[in-house]
Amino acid sequence: MNKRALLINVFAFACLLISLIRNKEKTKQSLIGAVKSFFRILPMVFIVIIVIGLLLGFVPPAKISDIVGEQAGFGGLILIAFLGTTLHIPALISFPLVASLLKGGASVTAVAAFITTLTMVGIVTLPLEIKELGKKITLLRNGISFIFAIIIALIIGAIL
Amino acid sequence: MKKDTAVKGAIRDVILLGITLSIAIILLSIFPDRRDIVFTTSWEFFVEMIWILPAVMILMGLFMVWVSKDMVVKYLGRTSGIKGFFLALVFGALPTGPLYVAFPMAAALIKKGARISNVIIFLNAWACIKLPQEMVELQFLGPKFMALRLILTIIFAVVMATSIERLIEWSNNKNGVS
Repeated sequence: MNKRALLINVFAFACLLISLIRNKEKTKQSLIGAVKSFFRILPMVFIVIIVIGLLLGFVPPAKISDIVGEQAGFGGLILIAFLGTTLHIPALISFPLVASLLKGGASVTAVAAFITTLTMVGIVTLPLEIKELGKKITLLRNGISFIFAIIIALIIGAIL
Repeated sequence: MKKDTAVKGAIRDVILLGITLSIAIILLSIFPDRRDIVFTTSWEFFVEMIWILPAVMILMGLFMVWVSKDMVVKYLGRTSGIKGFFLALVFGALPTGPLYVAFPMAAALIKKGARISNVIIFLNAWACIKLPQEMVELQFLGPKFMALRLILTIIFAVVMATSIERLIEWSNNKNGVS
């Protein structure tokens, strides 16, 4: 186990302990919920892990780098940001996927843009958001989020 | 009804897994020389994932039970100022679930008279600053990337929230609605 994984486990265990001290019944309920969500997300985890294996095994880094790498330019960045808005995959699963892209030659900027638009902007959920919050707020929020996601990605790319 | 869609979603995921697995088996039997690299890569990512997945799920389970939707709406609806802003950030980051769960809550908040800027911060925090999600980001992309993206996202969420609020107030005034 690496340091990060250890830290995450210690943190989760500490939260669990605090919860257990404060309320036994609630802790039991949350553990049942945790087991359920674990098995619910497991197929997706396996899918992503297979996809990552195939991606790094079959697509040469030069190809990945051409599409989403340093030399892909602004067009590539917009493309991957747009892809992030249309895809509807849980963020939890997207991190190992983008980590593999990074390993395969994608740029930090592209990866940051993808995660940020994936989480902040949702084309699939647009009708639902309009229904609940109205056209004005929805379009402003998603539009501005897209632009800010690009800016955030460019800053991260410049620093890291 | 809700249970039904959950079961359907699970079945869909298992079918998708079957399809992915079949494609992988076909590809690897055509190109046996790629087997090693595919296996080692997949295994490496699997190990990294399985070390943290139970912990992440426990955190999600805890937040699900301790931070209820009613509680969020109750507290966020009546606090304002800098306290409201921090509360919006925390209450967006703690509960779990996809973004579309947050839309009805945001609508309820607006009806209760919460500031639009706080509702937008709440939505953006819900979308991208989920604590269990950040744990996975930390594991796979490293502390530097995770921290930098988190800080930038918070800064831009605040900028966005205040500008959207101004824009909406301005357009309401122009249309004579107050």
